[in-house]
Amino acid sequence: MFALSLADAKVAGGLGLIECDEPPMCRLLPHDPSAKPAVTDPIISIQGLTKTYDSGFEALKGIDLDIREGEIFALLGPNGAGKTTLISIICGIVNPSAGRVSVGGHDIVRDYRKSRSMIGLVPQELATDAFETPLATCRYSRGLFGRKPDAAHIEKTLKQLSLWDKRDGMIMALSGGMKRRLMIAKALSHEPRVLFLDEPTAGVDVELRKDMWTLVEGLRRDGVTIILTTHYIEEAEAMADRVGVINHGDLILVEEKDTLMQKLGQKQMLLDLTEPLAAIPARFADLGLELADNGSRLIYTYDTRAERTGITSLLSDLRDEGIRFRDLTTKQSSLEEIFVSLVQEG
Amino acid sequence: MAMNLQGIWAIYRYEIQRTKRTALQSVVSPVVSTSLYFVVFGGAIGSRIPEIDGVPYGAFIVPGLLMLTLMMQSLSNASFAIYFPKFIGTIFEMLSAPVSFYEIVIGYVGAAATKTLLLGAIILLTAWCFVPLRIEHPVVMLLFLVLTAISFSLFGFLIGIWADNFEKLQVIPLLVVTPMVFLGGSFYSIDMLPEFWQTVSLFNPVLYLISGFRWSFYGIADVNVWISLGAIVVFLGLCLTATWWIFKTGYRIKK
Repeated sequence: MFALSLADAKVAGGLGLIECDEPPMCRLLPHDPSAKPAVTDPIISIQGLTKTYDSGFEALKGIDLDIREGEIFALLGPNGAGKTTLISIICGIVNPSAGRVSVGGHDIVRDYRKSRSMIGLVPQELATDAFETPLATCRYSRGLFGRKPDAAHIEKTLKQLSLWDKRDGMIMALSGGMKRRLMIAKALSHEPRVLFLDEPTAGVDVELRKDMWTLVEGLRRDGVTIILTTHYIEEAEAMADRVGVINHGDLILVEEKDTLMQKLGQKQMLLDLTEPLAAIPARFADLGLELADNGSRLIYTYDTRAERTGITSLLSDLRDEGIRFRDLTTKQSSLEEIFVSLVQEG
Repeated sequence: MAMNLQGIWAIYRYEIQRTKRTALQSVVSPVVSTSLYFVVFGGAIGSRIPEIDGVPYGAFIVPGLLMLTLMMQSLSNASFAIYFPKFIGTIFEMLSAPVSFYEIVIGYVGAAATKTLLLGAIILLTAWCFVPLRIEHPVVMLLFLVLTAISFSLFGFLIGIWADNFEKLQVIPLLVVTPMVFLGGSFYSIDMLPEFWQTVSLFNPVLYLISGFRWSFYGIADVNVWISLGAIVVFLGLCLTATWWIFKTGYRIKK
């Protein structure tokens, strides 16, 4: 089986567009499949959740969602879709208007101490006390969440995030990337079972983003359930087990990422022609072929779910027509393209 | 988890550490400025002012000045402590932590009151260096100190919750509390005022605190000491009620 690693995929496809020579076998493998969690009871259960702000703005319109223990769930949506409101309600920062949420079986209102002690939150903004030290602020976070001091755990966390050397310096002296990592260290200080990452790589450079992905993968191996909101579709595509798309306060889709890409993804076959074509021959009019690159590239879009993709007959007809090509590649719709199409439909 | 003692301790310790970091501003500065009053009014001008009810003027003003510093420091410590996380956005962590609002209040108000009491002790010791002091009722003095520190720290906490900019944070301490302290008999006995203004002064709640506190030092008071104690307890009750309402409704904390 031909498979691409994450690094290969990025090199090959930019935003996760994978091209390869054996279409049926091509797939993006963002992580080791053996690391995927078994289907278990949901660690987070959301039922009929609504939120209407005092201004009358309806941020959430009856969300139902289960998050499985140990999975990485990517919540996608445009600005103002309700992603942060949803996270804020689960974490206790915003009051829900109606509906129920439980974390680890504990209701977030009635049993807020138990539910919140299981959660770590990394907000979008870099909100830290500039005059504190990383070590002190992590100790503070651990204590705030009701955990007894554990110097070894704090040390391990800061070392994991490459902040141990900076532990006694002022936070204001840290770079933006270090501050972002510190936010994660703080969220992990009390050993949460669920970690919310709200736009964790917004505005960070490519290298740090890669580090963040590695870190998230490591956390998942440690059994932490991760809920991730992001604008970077490649991030969800690379890391997530499942994807949810939220728009205008409605959860319009929840699907296994791979299934989603298979189900909704259109595939294209790209033929680099030996001789450019001035126009597509009339006999191919019904196939929806497109010409690109001044007639030197022929594009055939087909549905992977169809019983017959039409590839074999197309190639045969091209040969009959005397149209020759020097290269053939295929590409599958990225999650971004799927997302844009879903949001536009919604 | 019946009560999040670790959480309370974390907030308390964090705030005490903040005081250590800003010792020059939060400890040295108020001690120096209050000591200047002792030097000027106690040493320089005080010697030319007649005794009030048998107490030298320099000593007479100590309880009032101490009360002024206690109130102002309690207000500023507690209001800034809760306003700052709101301002820089770190409040999210507290709201998402398994701490109840009462535990948050205990942590913040406890730390602010501790700082105020420490400051009060330092100022009292400093005053001893400049003016002849005596404390006739030390237990009552301590009671006033503790009740004032707690209630005004609580009041400061409420101001910090209410304020949505730095100007509002300063409005009540500077434009309401300071005039009340100065007009509440810090520097004089209300017996020295015309009768009309004596009556007006009785509507100033700070008068009761200063009067009761001065009684604990010298046994002289403008109003009965039990009324003074009752006043501070009522004020504490009002602050607790406001705190309860704020936490029940999430006013200016939760959306």
